[in-house]
Amino acid sequence: MSDKLIKITRFVGLGFFEPVIRLSRGEESKKNTILILKKIVAPLASILLFLGVWQAGSQALYNIEADSRIEKAFNGQGQAAAAEMRICIESGDVSCQPNTLPSPAQVYGAFKTLLKDHKVINADKKRFKEKTAILNKQRTSEGKNPIVYTGRPSFVDQIITSIKTVFAGFLLAIFIAVPIGVVIGLSSTLRSSFNWLIQILKPVSPVVWLLLVFMVVKTLTKDSNTDSSFIISFVSVGLCAMWATVVNTAMGVSTVDKDFINVAKVLKLSAFQKVFKVILPSSLPLIFTGLRITFSVAWMVLIAIELLAQSPGLGSFVWEEFQNGANDSNSKIIVAMFVIGIIGFLLDRLMLIIQTFVSFSKNEGI
Amino acid sequence: MAYLELNNVYKTYGQGSNTTEVLSNINLSIEEGEFVAIVGFTGSGKTTLVNLINGLIKPTSGEVLFKGKPVEGTSHERGVIFQNYSLLPWLTVYQNVGLAVKEAFSKESKSFRVKRTKEYIDMVGLAPAIHKYPSELSGGMKQRVAVARALAMDPQMIIMDEPLGALDALTRGKLQDEILNIWNRNKRTALLITNDVDEGIYMADRIIPLRPGPNAVLGPEFKIDIARPRDKTELNDNESFKSVRNHLIEYLMDIGNERTQHSDVIYELPDLEPKDLR
Repeated sequence: MSDKLIKITRFVGLGFFEPVIRLSRGEESKKNTILILKKIVAPLASILLFLGVWQAGSQALYNIEADSRIEKAFNGQGQAAAAEMRICIESGDVSCQPNTLPSPAQVYGAFKTLLKDHKVINADKKRFKEKTAILNKQRTSEGKNPIVYTGRPSFVDQIITSIKTVFAGFLLAIFIAVPIGVVIGLSSTLRSSFNWLIQILKPVSPVVWLLLVFMVVKTLTKDSNTDSSFIISFVSVGLCAMWATVVNTAMGVSTVDKDFINVAKVLKLSAFQKVFKVILPSSLPLIFTGLRITFSVAWMVLIAIELLAQSPGLGSFVWEEFQNGANDSNSKIIVAMFVIGIIGFLLDRLMLIIQTFVSFSKNEGI
Repeated sequence: MAYLELNNVYKTYGQGSNTTEVLSNINLSIEEGEFVAIVGFTGSGKTTLVNLINGLIKPTSGEVLFKGKPVEGTSHERGVIFQNYSLLPWLTVYQNVGLAVKEAFSKESKSFRVKRTKEYIDMVGLAPAIHKYPSELSGGMKQRVAVARALAMDPQMIIMDEPLGALDALTRGKLQDEILNIWNRNKRTALLITNDVDEGIYMADRIIPLRPGPNAVLGPEFKIDIARPRDKTELNDNESFKSVRNHLIEYLMDIGNERTQHSDVIYELPDLEPKDLR
């Protein structure tokens, strides 16, 4: 049973739990204890170290900011004002808090606030739905559009929107990049003719792609009242991120092992069979490497693009919080940073699992 | 007219001053139903010769005739067993063989193809491993799949490029017998490329050494008049086997010596005397 458990943990990329399972069964306790120290305790220690440095850093920055405030009050309004400012800062009053890098505790607090906020908004939404249920039924029967909730989206809603945008962009990238890569990879003429274009377009900044997509989508969606900001952001994400897949697919397809090509020739496979039975399977590992890069690039440019496209998501959340300048805005931005990082990591793991599922090791047939 | 004929075949690689002539003036003719072995050193252009015959590459000059017609591209009539098995690692044994059957018998019914695929996997004794992937097979099993794949297409000629080169001696001997059995059953024409003189003599009707490249040429051929089925243990005492073997090895050794003597570099030896230890 636990062998199966070990296999599963390995498969989902949680292989570091393996020694814990083995130790709980009493297998080779010394070796597994060392493994636990190495694979679980050491990473946790590094995280603690990071938190410590962060805490110390934010404390130092806080002190600098506080001192400068007191000094400013002293220079401007004299001794009494400076003492008042000092008391105000020490009391933790919101009105005079130094605005700087928040400490881990503050960020955790902001995280909890955001979750609470989400609950409130959710309840609000539910109430709204209940209230408008009858009215909406009536409206739809009359052929009118139902009334929708137009309140502020919660943090979790924004995360979901961002994930949707990334997946839509990623799918778009797959559907454009893989076929292009295969076609380019198959023909050396096409490869050399498109190479320059690809090399020129590859380093173009996400912002420029966004503007480009904006120009096109704006014209195309002129007469409809669809939500163009979502289309603009996912198309730009797809276009920014697809290049790694194009290049990797073309590379994989053009460097299929000569032995496999010879087999295809000797068996006289049709062009279709050759592509689907020989070339694509053998280039899958490289295609997937490309897709993983595409995925992480998509997640990375998403924030910048959402920020500019005014699409509701983590990007606009960060930007709004920055513009907001409230007391806990900085903490919320850092919460968003960690959420983005962790989701990116999980998505990459997901891709890795799919990759190990469909790939083979290169020398198995030889 | 011979079944397979190579007339004045030259093959060069590279362009301009970088040209290397791999094969020069190869003349070979194989009759229908004959088992011919070509034996040579590694790097002597054996694989190039095989690829010329099966149609993967074209000769620079000269002609390769199969049943009187020039070879243009590959054909199901000539089945190839590659040196490194070349199974597709993402397909199971059944799928690997099935892919070949599907292409060779595209006009037949599906049930016929399934039956044929299973029949050939059975023939090489891999029925229990039919749904395994190449990575789960041993070297000998992989080579059997390659044999099944080549034969399932019902080729009129089998071309084997060092098929057993990567196997250990025991598996090798076993597979030699299996290949001979299969060949015996319907007497297809066979061409075996090998670097093992004993293997060549044991299996073939005729054995031809390939003088190593660049400029590889075929050496004098040796007929092997040993009745089939041949017995490996008795072969060592067979006079005819011994004489062919000695001649061949002598010939190959001479070539080898010639090659080493051809070195242009003169090594200056240090002027040293052994030290007197007494």
